[in-house]
Amino acid sequence: MTILEESWVLSPAVALRPEPFGALAYHFDNRRLTFLKTPALVAVVRALGEHDTVGAALERAGVPAAQHAAYADALEGLALTDMIRPQRQEAIA
Amino acid sequence: MTDPRETMEETDLVAADLIEEISIDGLCGVY
Amino acid sequence: MTAVQERLVAPLPLVEQFERGLDAPICLTWELTYACNLECAHCLSISGRRDARELTTAQCEAVIDELQRMQVFYVNIGGGEPTIRPDFWHLLQYAVDHQVGVKFSTNGTRLTPERAAFLASTDYVDIQVSLDGATAEVNDYVRGPGSFEMAVQALENLQAAGFRDAKISVVCTRHNIGQLDDFKALADRYGATLRLTRLRPSGRGADVWDDLHPLPEQQRVLYDWLVANGDGVLTGDSFFHLSAYGESLPGLNLCGAGRVVCLIDPIGDVYACPFAIHDEFLAGNLLSDGGFQAVWQTSALFTGLRQPQTGGACATCSFYDSCRGGCMAAKFFTGLPLDGPDPECVQGHGAAALLGERTVPASTQDHSRTTPGRNQPVMLQLSRRDDVAVPPVPACAESPLAGFLPTREESAT
Repeated sequence: MTILEESWVLSPAVALRPEPFGALAYHFDNRRLTFLKTPALVAVVRALGEHDTVGAALERAGVPAAQHAAYADALEGLALTDMIRPQRQEAIA
Repeated sequence: MTDPRETMEETDLVAADLIEEISIDGLCGVY
Repeated sequence: MTAVQERLVAPLPLVEQFERGLDAPICLTWELTYACNLECAHCLSISGRRDARELTTAQCEAVIDELQRMQVFYVNIGGGEPTIRPDFWHLLQYAVDHQVGVKFSTNGTRLTPERAAFLASTDYVDIQVSLDGATAEVNDYVRGPGSFEMAVQALENLQAAGFRDAKISVVCTRHNIGQLDDFKALADRYGATLRLTRLRPSGRGADVWDDLHPLPEQQRVLYDWLVANGDGVLTGDSFFHLSAYGESLPGLNLCGAGRVVCLIDPIGDVYACPFAIHDEFLAGNLLSDGGFQAVWQTSALFTGLRQPQTGGACATCSFYDSCRGGCMAAKFFTGLPLDGPDPECVQGHGAAALLGERTVPASTQDHSRTTPGRNQPVMLQLSRRDDVAVPPVPACAESPLAGFLPTREESAT
């Protein structure tokens, strides 16, 4: 199962600050600073928690199917630094 | 408004076009 | 969507986006007081005496409120020595309670076991202890007698209290480049993270820079060490001028002054960066100019800094894309033009420029003690001994007294 089929959500420890290019995301606990470089990715990240799957969030945000792999990689990167978390984990927390 | 990136060849996009990470210590001008 | 929209040009690279500035800093340095218990030879803020116009507690809280609204992610609280402000602990708590993370920079003076325990139990606080030598001999030469002991005691107290991952912040000098492995060992011993930063000729640093700044061959040693050992070592992106040696070091690799960072000083003056405390880089005052956000977003100085940079005399150099012309403050305080090479340009262009006609600017603010106190570092004491003459010393000499020349000379470095 790829991340596209999983349920994820923005970590509560993350502050998202809109910018002309997209957004700055800062994780208050691990102090990672991530630049989200497109407005589309920002929209996806914000909306992750409202969808059962990442794929659904991508579609809802209008991301072309051919770009889903790149978005999946990017989201995996965000997962590695705890910028996003599995929804199930957050529900338990 | 359409994201300009989406006007590229659709297979051109990679994760590095979407996210970039640095440590909060990676900004010059903070001692 | 029209055909015209389909051919939209790709957005600017991120580096260029940041050079245009953001609507709010990402983080910033906030010097809470010019008062200090130490008298370090190279103090970038020329600290020592409290300024009577220091922001009040209420004014500081208002600044924090603004930073929260602007979503500034964290502040580096420094000084002088911030912990000697009576309301420091209150302001620390106030900041973290208002979504502004804090790192505070300290010489360790007030980090008792009790304070260490408090800090260990407080979220969103980072602590940076200043240390400029891995031994008391090297450190105290510039920071004053007993300062090494005091810093180490603070690190011990923090470790014992369970505070995790304090930072040890080092200013790299001619005398400590040979101690990089020792610094790493020291950090490991106290469960801390090592941070190596660049000496700028700022503040009192201007007076000692000729004698203290790393020699060209030492810059290469430092760069090579960072490339080999830099995982887990922070640099505050202060060595982006060394990118011209080869691969870039971690960080954004650009001057953040007035673009993504700035300085708020103890009286509410806003400067482009803490290494540029001079009228030339004063953007305004948050008390008289409508608050911090107004100064950040509308000051003439910052607007000017956010114009596209052309590179000036450096534009034709093949390394300009890596080094971006180096550090603005380093150029200014050595009297070099801002559109020319960094004084420590690794291609040697800065050394050539330093040989030319230049005027080192006088400082425009000075909070040094009027008479030296008991913490005056040996480096400054010796500078008044005109009768002392020393032979030339190689760059590998480890004694902090090596190469000391009491009369101010126009060094060719």
